[in-house]
Amino acid sequence: MTSAATETSPIHLTGEVLAVKKVGAFRHVTLVAPGVPERFRPGTFLAVSVGEAHLARRGFWIHRARPTGGYGATVDLVVEPSGVGSQWLATRPQGTPVEVTGPLGRPFALPKDPVNCLLVGEGYAAAVLFPLAERLRERGSVVNLLLGAPNEAHLLSALEARRTARSVSVVTADGSVGQQGTIASAVREALKRSEADVVYAAGPPAVLHEVAAAAEEHGAWSQTALERPMACATGLCQGCPVPVIGEDGIARNVRACVDGPVFRGDRVRWAEL
Amino acid sequence: MGRAVIPDQRVFIASGCGGTGRELAAYVDLSLLGGFVTRSITLDPRPGSVGTRIAETPSGLVNSIGLQNPGLETFLALELPWLVKQGARVHVSIAGTTLGEYADLARRLGRAPGIHGLEVNLSVPDAPGLNVFDVREPFHAASVVAACRREFPRDLPVRAKLRPDVSRIVESARTVAEAGADGVVLTNAAPALMPDGRPGGLSGPAIRPLALRCVADVHMALPELTIIGAGGITGGDDARAFFAAGATAIQVGTGLLHDPTLASRLLRELDEIGDPP
Repeated sequence: MTSAATETSPIHLTGEVLAVKKVGAFRHVTLVAPGVPERFRPGTFLAVSVGEAHLARRGFWIHRARPTGGYGATVDLVVEPSGVGSQWLATRPQGTPVEVTGPLGRPFALPKDPVNCLLVGEGYAAAVLFPLAERLRERGSVVNLLLGAPNEAHLLSALEARRTARSVSVVTADGSVGQQGTIASAVREALKRSEADVVYAAGPPAVLHEVAAAAEEHGAWSQTALERPMACATGLCQGCPVPVIGEDGIARNVRACVDGPVFRGDRVRWAEL
Repeated sequence: MGRAVIPDQRVFIASGCGGTGRELAAYVDLSLLGGFVTRSITLDPRPGSVGTRIAETPSGLVNSIGLQNPGLETFLALELPWLVKQGARVHVSIAGTTLGEYADLARRLGRAPGIHGLEVNLSVPDAPGLNVFDVREPFHAASVVAACRREFPRDLPVRAKLRPDVSRIVESARTVAEAGADGVVLTNAAPALMPDGRPGGLSGPAIRPLALRCVADVHMALPELTIIGAGGITGGDDARAFFAAGATAIQVGTGLLHDPTLASRLLRELDEIGDPP
């Protein structure tokens, strides 16, 4: 590599679609991407090129990273086919070459000492919390999970998480599984019950805003994984601004892709997003 | 891969498409490039535009970044030294609110160590509302170039980046050349509209034929003028088309956003064919 590239630098390569599995409203896409799992840390993401005519890259959360396995180094992405890019990826046949770059962005910050953690995820974005849960558990922290979705089809299965989490709560807007409700209506109770010192959240901005505010009231730190539309996903273009208050107390726009995607919840000027 | 890539003076990174340089350095050795052009630097920091900044359109992107940059002081303190240390040949793109501001930027950048050239942005595509000195009239563009040329060290190039306005491109190029520009960058993004109705700039392969036409027309009329071609270059063949039209070097911009390894790929592709410089 080049002089300024390091072992933690993202890499760009032609990966390959290994499998696409339909799970409810989502597709679990497994890509062979040598070098990416080795560099992966929970909270980082993968940028995917969706054909020549579409110049902007699409970012996807990495749900699982396996450096070694029967098919070599693979990453799992959870995709909700909603826009042009996600539909493109979700419909690729096995063996399709795909241009990818990753892992990109700043990962979740992990506590130095074991603490009580609450992980809050809405919809497909909750995917990013599962490798985080494992990592926190390995480091001795207590993991509590709160998952939300409009309905069962949009709920990420919490089965695996039950192995790593002390508690798992589920809320759906239509009550099809778990308690009827939303993240916004359930997060304060979950914070109290888990006695969380740190809250990790992933989901739409409105949900993150709610969680960050609740964490603040509760006196907990929050780390939010923020998804924004991006053009390059690599920090080159300034196309994904996030209004924040910097460590120096000065308001500025930073880039979701390289200065995030994980931000301290109390640093983001949510109302201006 | 495998074989060492040699520096190629003909491959530049276009303004606004290489981040601060640090982000791009993961994908290409900056010291192997002909130049790294910074995003446009203004005297004071600019927060950039609010709302959607980049939208996709077939084979192109429309952007309205609003000149977000940390301002001259912070650029000189935090960004330039790192670039110089990497061995990058730094060309600073500048945009000003007034003629005096352009002159001020040129003077202060001229004193900063390690700068290889100045690129005067005379074609900010989303300028309306940004409070940028109006240079649509060639006379004003010439005043800006003359002021920058006067203030910037004589042995370093001052180049003007122009918009792809085919019907006026020769006139614009001649005017800035007569005002002292050592070359022109053809071209910037084309003035366009964002989906929400704000002014923006269209870039990418969608404008390549337009940019090529500008290069060809200017080269025909002003064969002695140095032309750096830019506009939708995504590979060696595109670069060669610009060389054939009269450019002596090229810049890659939007293509890098799609493939961050484009610059290193270009270095290889141009090296393999062994084109004469």
